[in-house]
Amino acid sequence: MKYAYYPGCSLEKNAAAYGESFTAVADVLAQELVEIPDWNCCGATEYFSLDPLPAYALLARNLALVPKGLTDLVAPCSACYLNLYKTEHHMAERPQLNRDVNTALAEANLSYKPGTVHVRHALDILVKDVGCEAIAAHVKQPLRGLRLVPYYGCLVVRPGGLGSYDPEYPDALDRLLEALGATVVDFPLKAACCGGHMPQINPETAYGLIYELIASAASREADAIVTLCPMCQLNLDVYQAQANDHFGTHHSMPVLYFTQMMGLAFGLSPQAMGFGQEFVSAQPLLDKLASPPPPPEEEPKKKPQRSKKALPMPSLR
Amino acid sequence: MKREKSESTLYDQVAAIPGGERLKLCLQCGTCGGSCPSGPDMDHTPREIFAMLMAGKREEVLKSNTFWFCVSCYYCTVRCPQQIPITAIMYQLKHIAAGEKKYTTDFTAFSQTFINMVENFGRGFELGLATQFYLTNRPLAAVGMMPMALGMLTRGRMALLPTRIKDLNGLKAVLRKAKQIARQRDREAGVRA
Amino acid sequence: MKTGVYICHCGSNIAGTVDVAEVARWAGELENVAVARDYKFMCSSTGQELIEKDIRELGVDRVVVASCSPHMHEPTFRGACERAGVNPYMFEMANIREHCSWVHTDKAEATKKAKALVAAAVGRVTRHQPLMEKRAPVNKNTLIVGGGVAGIQAALEIANAGYHVYLVEREPSLGGHMAQLDKTFPTLDCSACILTPRMFDAGNHPNITLLSYSEVEKVSGYIGNFKATIRKKARYVNEELCTGCGVCTEKCPKQIVDEVFEAGLGYRKAVYRPFPQAVPKYPVIDRENCTFFQKGTCKACQKFCPTGAIDFNQQDTLLEVEIGNIILATGYDLFDARRIPQYGYGHFPNVFTSLEFERMTNAAGPTEGKVVLRDGATTPKTVGIVHCVGSRDQNYNEYCSKVCCMYSLKFAHMVHEKAHAEVYNFYIDMRTPGKGYEEFYHRLMDEGNHFVRGRVAAIAEATRYGEPEGKLIVQVEDTLIGEQRRIPVDMVILSAGLEPRHDAQGVARKFGISCSHEGWFIEKHPKLDPIATMTDGVFIAGCAQGPRDIPETVAQGAAAAARVLSIIDKGEVLVEAATALVNEMSCTGCQQCIPTCPYTAIEYLADKQKAHVVEALCKGCGTCTAACPSKSISLRHFNDGQLLAEMFGAMEAMFELEVA
Repeated sequence: MKYAYYPGCSLEKNAAAYGESFTAVADVLAQELVEIPDWNCCGATEYFSLDPLPAYALLARNLALVPKGLTDLVAPCSACYLNLYKTEHHMAERPQLNRDVNTALAEANLSYKPGTVHVRHALDILVKDVGCEAIAAHVKQPLRGLRLVPYYGCLVVRPGGLGSYDPEYPDALDRLLEALGATVVDFPLKAACCGGHMPQINPETAYGLIYELIASAASREADAIVTLCPMCQLNLDVYQAQANDHFGTHHSMPVLYFTQMMGLAFGLSPQAMGFGQEFVSAQPLLDKLASPPPPPEEEPKKKPQRSKKALPMPSLR
Repeated sequence: MKREKSESTLYDQVAAIPGGERLKLCLQCGTCGGSCPSGPDMDHTPREIFAMLMAGKREEVLKSNTFWFCVSCYYCTVRCPQQIPITAIMYQLKHIAAGEKKYTTDFTAFSQTFINMVENFGRGFELGLATQFYLTNRPLAAVGMMPMALGMLTRGRMALLPTRIKDLNGLKAVLRKAKQIARQRDREAGVRA
Repeated sequence: MKTGVYICHCGSNIAGTVDVAEVARWAGELENVAVARDYKFMCSSTGQELIEKDIRELGVDRVVVASCSPHMHEPTFRGACERAGVNPYMFEMANIREHCSWVHTDKAEATKKAKALVAAAVGRVTRHQPLMEKRAPVNKNTLIVGGGVAGIQAALEIANAGYHVYLVEREPSLGGHMAQLDKTFPTLDCSACILTPRMFDAGNHPNITLLSYSEVEKVSGYIGNFKATIRKKARYVNEELCTGCGVCTEKCPKQIVDEVFEAGLGYRKAVYRPFPQAVPKYPVIDRENCTFFQKGTCKACQKFCPTGAIDFNQQDTLLEVEIGNIILATGYDLFDARRIPQYGYGHFPNVFTSLEFERMTNAAGPTEGKVVLRDGATTPKTVGIVHCVGSRDQNYNEYCSKVCCMYSLKFAHMVHEKAHAEVYNFYIDMRTPGKGYEEFYHRLMDEGNHFVRGRVAAIAEATRYGEPEGKLIVQVEDTLIGEQRRIPVDMVILSAGLEPRHDAQGVARKFGISCSHEGWFIEKHPKLDPIATMTDGVFIAGCAQGPRDIPETVAQGAAAAARVLSIIDKGEVLVEAATALVNEMSCTGCQQCIPTCPYTAIEYLADKQKAHVVEALCKGCGTCTAACPSKSISLRHFNDGQLLAEMFGAMEAMFELEVA
């Protein structure tokens, strides 16, 4: 399929690893990405905080710039995705907003008719359009033995829209990682908040949230946290050292993008997939993957034998 | 919950957003305050803010730091048993408080600096944002950020110079017009901004 | 022809918007109207006496009352006519309240409209024909569907009065949800102790035919004369030979989780009795989990049965019964707590639902009454009880489930008593309205229970820095102090709400009644008739109608029984007189009318090749009348002449009033 591609500001530098790996993986899967010409910043959460109408106009300019004939827009960053999605939907649902935004766009000879473009997230197009089976078919180097935590963050699952993921316990990324051959760790905090812009604004709040996610992954003996949002990656990776300092702990949990893992599984080189850009080195993970397969006894730890007294657990069906 | 007739303006302004009329259905159950990742750091929980809105406590609401601490995680919105669009209400409160300059934290400065970058370049510029925000508002904290900044630069994760979009003038014109219309809409809604 | 017209003020309900005196004056000038009066409350005895007096003294032979909706008072005024000697069908009502004064504010316009409505009724009533209501005998048997406490109560009331009951229960034993409970609030009686004697009585009463492990397949007929087909599912146990010794269960090698009676907290065998006091005592083989049925081997139960009661060849049997009345007492299902993932049920072992916890505290349950964690061994030191799980929530069920606050308090007490643990109740409001309920709440406060007013946001693991490892964390805003708290507990109990049975819609359709959008059976009137339905002869009792506690359920079961007994005692029912009639001269036998009838009241007479309306089943809805392509069906009391007269009455009046 052919998509209009909105990288967003993060993917240019801060989350270059995400951008590089996503485009590479899309190429392998024969999905064509057409970058929207001269796209502008989505405004993150900051623009809406002060003035909603200009915020919508800022976003609508990107929708207006989508090349004719392309009906689907893909944004890998969760905040960009939600902002564009909100703009699209609110313009469709609120006639006055639609009129006001288009009046503003007209100043640059642009216009956008709601309903023209479907706004999608990178995870969405890979899991729904390509499908886990097709992804599995491209796996050359299964991520066997790697214990990965699927971490969704907030904005791709909440507030959610039609046909989107469960807001508390989604499983699309879990299935994708399974398709790559990895061992997916059951992670209750998989849709918990990373703190958003709190590390810049109120670090104490942020460190607590970051610590909780890292420690929880570590207690489950995960090899890495796999994420799909540059903000989450930044907070958990770049601020991990400060969170450690704050609590006096020494966790070392690599935080990677799911497209980087896909690239690895497809046999692409780690450098090309942006490995080395992370603060908390992912080298142990790469070493584990490169080493010979672990002996069968060490494979997924067997649950301790249930005592006869133990009560049955409800099934999750 | 009934609201006092005397000082109802702020309530009306907040309830005017799409879905905002559901605010009067608030059970005061506390799910929002309980779910909020930054709840422990707010001076009033979201639920308290709603009670204060109903009681007409205009100044106290606008001066509180509650909505500035909102990280837009949307937990409150998806969990509210009365399906009140809480996150959207927080944004509306930010909009009103910013317009009246009633905030008491420097979080607005962060947002405003971010917006300045976008309006000057069309794209975000983290180095510019960080330096301007920290040096202006938290100069001492700026020093502590140095190791991280260096780490970002050496790993190629931070640009030294901003990227400008081609049609920056077009974008500026769009935003100018949007702000003009926004001020008119605010006047119609009785929001002083 | 002398028509009497009576305009009611209904206090200020009508008179406040319609000039009733003027309407009466105007009506007095209509054709065929002998007398027109207005009066404050026509439905009062003095109001009705006005009508009766005019019939006796002025020879009024047709009556029009302009007042409220026929649903309210048509029977009242028909009664007045009948008492005075006029056929009740020579009466017509004009609704100038719900259709006029209650929906308009302009007095002048409303008065005009009222006049037109009265003119319509006056026009119509001139075409009325006297009709006789037929009587049908009432079969004295009763069918009760559901063997929980509501069904059992109703069955015993009717059986003790000397009449026969078929009591159908789809599980292998009577008892319903009440049999699963340990202690019942507020008196803390043992549930089984109070229920099992009733179960035994119901199972052994000479007037009750207990059809357990059975379901109703089909129902047809009408009040006093229903026919039902009941499927008795094969138990694979010969009840004549079985002594209830239980050896089969002992020897059965196949153990599975009991999802029904033990709420998934315990095990049972493939051949099993749901619980020791089951009525009847005969076990049942669960085909889907039986090694013999699935793989053809084993048969241990048969080998060891001392009386040879195991019969793998047993078949389902169908039983046809004739009954006069039906009571539906099918109960509730518990809200599925897995729908709220942030509460951790199914993810964290030590999160339990209320029914699981009931089974745990029950002395005959999987832990012999000990309060322990999922490992079956550790006693919790702190327990959190979460109220309003799936209730009072637009995302799941908007309604309050009524009983959860009370059972949550009960749990708190049980935890104190059995585990001496610290207990927190997390609530939005404490709802304790019944007799002795508020006192029970005070008792729990006195016992040192912690009450935190806040709806739990999430149950988490203790992963924040400094939190005690291994504990569950209840994250909640303590709204009374305005602070978010993370409270460590060992065990969480989710007070899940009550929901309608998940097949309630299908059951309702089968019996010809309706469900609300949530799935509860709909009563005839929410205040004045909570145990009847809009379908005569079908009654409802217990939680099938909505969440309620045991005292209310028992009262409802008894009330439904009383209603049934009054119908049986009367011995006959009045059959609707306004029925459809097929003109056999013009009927072509096309049979298009037959599938349109919602009451299956039309039959095809093959010898004559004509359609024929079974008057006893016909409700006078008019669907067939409209469907017949040759206009061969007419509807008594709603024929073309009457309807056209009504229309013309209104139109002529409107024309005159507008022009004037």
